[in-house]
Amino acid sequence: MKYFHLIWAALFRRKTRTIFTLLSVLAAFLLFGMLDAVRSAFNAPPSAAGVSRLVVSSRISIIQPLPQSLLTRIQALPGVKDVAYANWFGGYYQEPKNQNLMFQIAVDPNYLDAYPELVLPADQRKAFNETRTGAILGEAAAKALNLKIGDKIPIKGAIFTNKASGDTTWTFDIVGIFKAAEDKQRGQENQMLFRWDYFDEGRTFGNGTIGWYIARVNDPNDSDKVAAAIDALSANSDHETKTQTEQAFQLAFVKQLGDIGLIVGAIMAAVFFTLILLTGNTMAQAVRERIPELAVLKTIGFSNKSVLGLVLAEAILLIVLGGVLGLLLAQVLLPAVNAGSGGRMNFPPIGGSTWTLGIALMLGIGLVVGVLPALRGMRLRIVDALAGR
Amino acid sequence: MSALVEIRNLSKVYERGKQKVEVLHHIDLDIAKGDFFALMGPSGSGKTTLLNLIGGLDSPTEGSMTVGGERIDKLSEGALAKWRSSHVGFVFQFYNLLPMLSAQKNVELPLLLTKLSAAERKKRAGIALQLVGLADRASHKPTELSGGQQQRVAIARAIVSDPDLLVCDEPTGDLDRQSAEDVLNLLQMLNRDHGKTIIMVTHDPKAAEHARHTLHLDKGTLVEQTTVA
Repeated sequence: MKYFHLIWAALFRRKTRTIFTLLSVLAAFLLFGMLDAVRSAFNAPPSAAGVSRLVVSSRISIIQPLPQSLLTRIQALPGVKDVAYANWFGGYYQEPKNQNLMFQIAVDPNYLDAYPELVLPADQRKAFNETRTGAILGEAAAKALNLKIGDKIPIKGAIFTNKASGDTTWTFDIVGIFKAAEDKQRGQENQMLFRWDYFDEGRTFGNGTIGWYIARVNDPNDSDKVAAAIDALSANSDHETKTQTEQAFQLAFVKQLGDIGLIVGAIMAAVFFTLILLTGNTMAQAVRERIPELAVLKTIGFSNKSVLGLVLAEAILLIVLGGVLGLLLAQVLLPAVNAGSGGRMNFPPIGGSTWTLGIALMLGIGLVVGVLPALRGMRLRIVDALAGR
Repeated sequence: MSALVEIRNLSKVYERGKQKVEVLHHIDLDIAKGDFFALMGPSGSGKTTLLNLIGGLDSPTEGSMTVGGERIDKLSEGALAKWRSSHVGFVFQFYNLLPMLSAQKNVELPLLLTKLSAAERKKRAGIALQLVGLADRASHKPTELSGGQQQRVAIARAIVSDPDLLVCDEPTGDLDRQSAEDVLNLLQMLNRDHGKTIIMVTHDPKAAEHARHTLHLDKGTLVEQTTVA
């Protein structure tokens, strides 16, 4: 510890350069913290314990449809309160870029009962029930696309051809605007819900099949048991199911992009490789500038090992300082990201394993970027360095 | 006075690529404890090389060097570093203070190699700064000090661990006349009142007048030794 002030002073000898380097280390470890949370979310062991709403989809893939006959069988299971169902539509309003502003889902009449957090005035719900081409929009989607009740809107579908139009364009009447009950659920306002019967009767294929079921349980403590019972209904059939929490179901959607762990790993490898090059160069430059000062330390009696240790400690301090700040920032930002997603995402907080891995990475990167400059400092000949050779 | 430095048949050869350059030729020299020697000579005569060898910064190619009873030419690099830390203080032409540290922290540097507590290190550095007349500048960074003041901080750093020997390489070479005079008077005081043995390389005959003896080197050979009146 008695050398700490010396290491600290050397680190901040050129403040601007050090601060910019620290910021790059901070950014790298901020990204590491966030991405590790994503990786953890995808790798979390599946458990429905404590959850009152379960999503039942095909075990093979979430794009594989399930038979409608499962509905009554799920409803009949002990512990199941009620069941709704839905199908992904995948279209856009006016322009493809609007796709992410409003996701369309065909839903059965019970769907809104399963999602009490979607608040729809009674008269609008009545209109929805009475209008076959009716659609209800989340407030955020309506604002983003400047839509209102009474509008008749065409939606261009990605897959489903409409028997009536002969192409993938479907026309809907907006009969209601729903709001999320809580701010953290605002992500659900980016949806357009429309009637299942209109969709199922109008499509040219897949009629009578379901995208996914939503089963509510009587007692959240029984969720794991109910999930297992639902999956047992279709065990060894051609439509085996996977019953999971909504979060796991949404993550499964994203998993279709590819191996998330591999993607996260590849991004982090690229980030840390760049970090090593950047900080390695900075450390090399810093030591090159300080050769006469290191020679002075050796002159007054610092051993080769001491000089090696001082430079290595400086590199490690640089990385650990930036890295810890980055992870702390990630820890602060993750809840904000979760809140900002309106409940769609629930990334776990940065835990002990992330910190352990992060610290190990910081020490490893610190050693890698510090070793060559440290060896240079250790090997310098005092008389040559003092003479500027 | 007994000899603090005993040099016998000392030679130093540098290899510059394929060329061998013999910088010092078979030098014999005794420097008594408590003496103040000025080493003079033209550029390239080997003054700094001889000073570096005496200070244990370099190793001779041939010959023996005994300083304070220790054969320093036989010491390993690690042992030599340890020996330097407790027996020699260095003063350079360009001060060579660490710019990011205060005067106080610069002076404390050699004490980091001891087992002294932080409080004791601070106390001793304070005494050294007081001795060179800069106690009131302890918290100043080198860039906030004049050249003469920086050189006095460097002298405080050289004496803080109470070494027997001070080696000074052109200590006034970068100073104006008045600051140079102050630094030379300080070295004289350290020699006279504190018994420090001082070896000083200089080009300046006026600076050499502050020493007790002057030693002239030419082409790596001792050519003349004079005693200052």
